Amino acid sequence: MDDVLEIRERTREIVARSERTQGNLIPILQQIQSELGYLPHEAMLEVARFLNIPEVDVYSVATFYNQFRLTPPGKHSIRVCMGTACHIKGGHITLAAWQRRLHIGPGETTPDQEFDLDTVACVGCCVMAPVTVVDHKMEAKADPTRVDGILLSYQIQKEKTSKEEQ
Amino acid sequence: MRAPIPSTTTSPFERLREQAQLLWRDRQEDSVPVILVGTATCGRAAGALEVFQAIKEVVQKQNLNCLVHEVGCLGHCYAEPLVIIRKPGYPSICYHHVNPVLAENLILNFLLKDDPCFEFILGALEENDLIPSFSDFPRSKFERRIILKNCGQIDPDDIQDYIAHGGYEALSIALQMHPEKIVGEIKRSGLRGLGGAGFPTGEKWTVCRHSPGEPKYLICNGDEGDPGAFMDRTVLESDPHSVLEGMIIAAYAIGAQHGVLYVRAEYPLAVEKMQKALRQAEAWNLLGNHILGSPFSFDIQLFQGSGAFVCGEATALTASIEGKPGIPRHRPPRLAVKGLFGKPTVLNNVKTLALVPHIMRNGADAFVELGTRKSKGTAVFALAGKVVNTGLVEVPMGTTLRQLVFEVGGGVSQGKHFKAVQIGGPSGGCLPEQALDIPIDFDSLEESGAMMGSGGMVVLDQDDCMVEVARYFLDFTQKESCGKCTPCRLGTKQMLDILEDITKGRGKMEDLETLQQLAEDVKKGSLCGLGRSAPNPVLTTLRYFREEYEPHLQEGRCPALMCQDLMAFYILPQKCARGCDACVGTCTVEAISTDKKRRIKVIDQKKCVKCGICMKACPPQYNAVIRLSPPSLVPTSTVG
Repeated sequence: MDDVLEIRERTREIVARSERTQGNLIPILQQIQSELGYLPHEAMLEVARFLNIPEVDVYSVATFYNQFRLTPPGKHSIRVCMGTACHIKGGHITLAAWQRRLHIGPGETTPDQEFDLDTVACVGCCVMAPVTVVDHKMEAKADPTRVDGILLSYQIQKEKTSKEEQ
Repeated sequence: MRAPIPSTTTSPFERLREQAQLLWRDRQEDSVPVILVGTATCGRAAGALEVFQAIKEVVQKQNLNCLVHEVGCLGHCYAEPLVIIRKPGYPSICYHHVNPVLAENLILNFLLKDDPCFEFILGALEENDLIPSFSDFPRSKFERRIILKNCGQIDPDDIQDYIAHGGYEALSIALQMHPEKIVGEIKRSGLRGLGGAGFPTGEKWTVCRHSPGEPKYLICNGDEGDPGAFMDRTVLESDPHSVLEGMIIAAYAIGAQHGVLYVRAEYPLAVEKMQKALRQAEAWNLLGNHILGSPFSFDIQLFQGSGAFVCGEATALTASIEGKPGIPRHRPPRLAVKGLFGKPTVLNNVKTLALVPHIMRNGADAFVELGTRKSKGTAVFALAGKVVNTGLVEVPMGTTLRQLVFEVGGGVSQGKHFKAVQIGGPSGGCLPEQALDIPIDFDSLEESGAMMGSGGMVVLDQDDCMVEVARYFLDFTQKESCGKCTPCRLGTKQMLDILEDITKGRGKMEDLETLQQLAEDVKKGSLCGLGRSAPNPVLTTLRYFREEYEPHLQEGRCPALMCQDLMAFYILPQKCARGCDACVGTCTVEAISTDKKRRIKVIDQKKCVKCGICMKACPPQYNAVIRLSPPSLVPTSTVG
C-alpha cells in the first residue's frame, strides 16, 4: 500500500459509501483501517476533502483514539492485553517476552513486516488471563513459554510454505 | 428470516409471539435432543468453536436428529467451554471443560446410549432427582439472575428464541401506556444507572422528556472501558435483544426518535451479535416506522467506540459520535438538556437498559423489594483475578463483598491468602479483608473509598503488591487522560512518577505525604469523572495498605515479592533435585545452568528477566525456586 494514487483511489471508494457529515468521521476511518490496515497520510487528506473539514481535525481524531494506527501493520498482529486481571497474572511479563523476541516495542512493526506488536487496554477475557490476541484469535494463559510456542509455529508454517513454493 | 405469518389474532405482537412460540415448541418437541454450546468470547478463548465444530461433525456422521445451537455465556467462565445437552427424559445437563474429543464421547455415550457421563457434569439446569443442579451450588443462595436470566440459555442470533422466552412482551405493554406512566414506573422502581455513577434513571428520563429540542436521542453506553470488567460484553453477546428492547422502551418514554448503540471496537463479537439483532428487530417491525403498528417510530445506529477510556464519560462519548476527539466538557448543561448534536439526550448503560423490560413486565413493586433502601435491584459483577470461580455473577444489592468473594467466588485460588479486592477498575479502589463486610450498594462503596464502577471485581492475594497495583492503575489513567484539564493531565503524571520511584526502590518517606496531597488535589480539581476518580486506587491503598508502602521506601523491599526491581529468584541448593532439569528447559532466556560440581541449578541473576516461569516449572515435591526481596539477599557465592 505504498502507491499514493492507489491509496487515494481506494479511499474514495470507501468514503463514497457514507454521507458527508462529520458524524461519519470515525466510522469512515474505521472502515479505511479495516480495508487498508492503517490510516495512510494520503487517505486522511482525502477524508478531510470529502467531509469538507480541516485536515487537522481528521488528524486529531486519528491520533486521539487508540484504535487507529498511522503506520502499516505487519502480516500478523500481536495484541497483548494489559487489563487488571492480566496484569496481576503477568501480562507485563508476557509483553516483555514479545518485545524480547520480536525486538520491537508496542506500536511498532518488525523490519521484515512479519509482526506488529501493540497493547490493548482490556479485551474482557479476564478469566483466561494473561491473554494475547494473535491474529484476532484469543490466546489464553499466554506466558513467555507460550510466546515462544506461538512464534515457533509461525516460523514452521513459514518454512513449510517457502519449501512448497520451491 | 421467515416473515411473520398472518393470523386471526389482532395485535401485531400477539402474532409475532404465536409464531415464535410455535417454532419454540417444535424445538422442544419431545423426540429431539438439543445441544447448546456457549460460544461467547470467553468460551471461544477456551476453544468453544472447535467443540461446536466437532459436535456438528459427529451429529452429521451419526445422522442424528438433533439441534445444535450456539448460545452466549452462562457466567461460569471458570469451567469453559460449556456444553448443555437437553435429552428428552433427562434434565438439561451442563458439561464443563469440554474439548472436541469429550464432545464426541458425550454424544456417543449420552445421546446414542444412555450414559450421562456423570464425571464431566457441572450441573443440571433444573432441579431433579438424578443430577445435582445449579441451585444446589453454594453460590445460588446469593445469586438472583435478572439481567443474566437468558444469557447462555437462548440463541443470541435468533430473535424468536428471545420472544418465545417472554421477550418484547414488555415493549408491547409499554407501547399501550402513556410515556409519562412509564417514566413514573421507572422512577418508582428506584432504578439507578448501573454504569457506575448510580444516577437515578427515572430522574434522567424526566428531565430529557421535558427538555425542549427535537429530535431527542437515546444512547446505550456499551463502551466498557474498565480493564477487568466484562459484564456489558457478555450481555451484548448473549442476550442482545434485551438491550434493544430496553432501548426502545426508553426511547418511547422520553420521546426519542433516534438511538445510538455505542459498543467498543475491542468487542468484535458483541458488535457482530448486535448488528444481527438490529437487522432482525427491523425485519420484525420492532424498530423502524410505526413499531408494532403504533404511531411510535424509532431507529438505532450502531457506533463502534475506538478505544478511549475517557469515552465512558457521557460528554466525551457524545463528542466521539459527533466525529470529534473524546474530550469531556463542563456540566451543566446536562446531557438530558443539551446532549448529542446539542439535543436532549439520555445516556444509559447496557445493564440499566436490560433491566427496563424486566421492570415493565413485572412491575416496579417487585423490583423495589430487591436490594437496599437506596440501591434497588441487582448488580452484575465480573469476578476475576485470584479467585476460584471466575466469571459473571448477579446478586441483589446489599450482598456483602465477603459473600461475593468467598461464597459465590469460592474464595482465593491455590489456597493462598486473601489480600484485597479491587472494585470499580481505575476509578475504584482496593478494599482489604476488614472492609469485606460492607454491603454492595452505591453509597456504602463510595464511603469506603472505592466505588461501584461498572462492576469489575479483581481479587488480589498475598503475591500482589498493592503499591504496584496502584502504579498500574495510575499508569492506565495517566495514559488515558484526555489532557484537557491540568490537575488530571499533570497530576496523574506526577503521581505515576512517584509510584514508579517507589516500586523501583528509589522512593523517600516524604513521597507518601506528597502523594496523598496530590491525590486529593487531583480528585478535587479535575473536570470529569476520569480525573476525579483516578486517585482512588492511590488513596485506598494509602489508607488500607500503608504498611506495604513503607518497606519499599525504608528497606528497598517488596513484601509481596512482586515489584521486579526489588526482588530476585533463587534456587535453594538444599531443595534442588539434582537429576531434574525442568527449570533449565523452561527458562526462555537461558539464565539457568547446572553447577558442574554439585549438579544443582543456578540462576544467572544478570540474565534473569524475572518472569517466574521456573518457579511454576519446579515440581511441587521440590519447590526449590523461591523469591527474595530485596535482591541483595541472594547469596553471592551462587550468583553468576
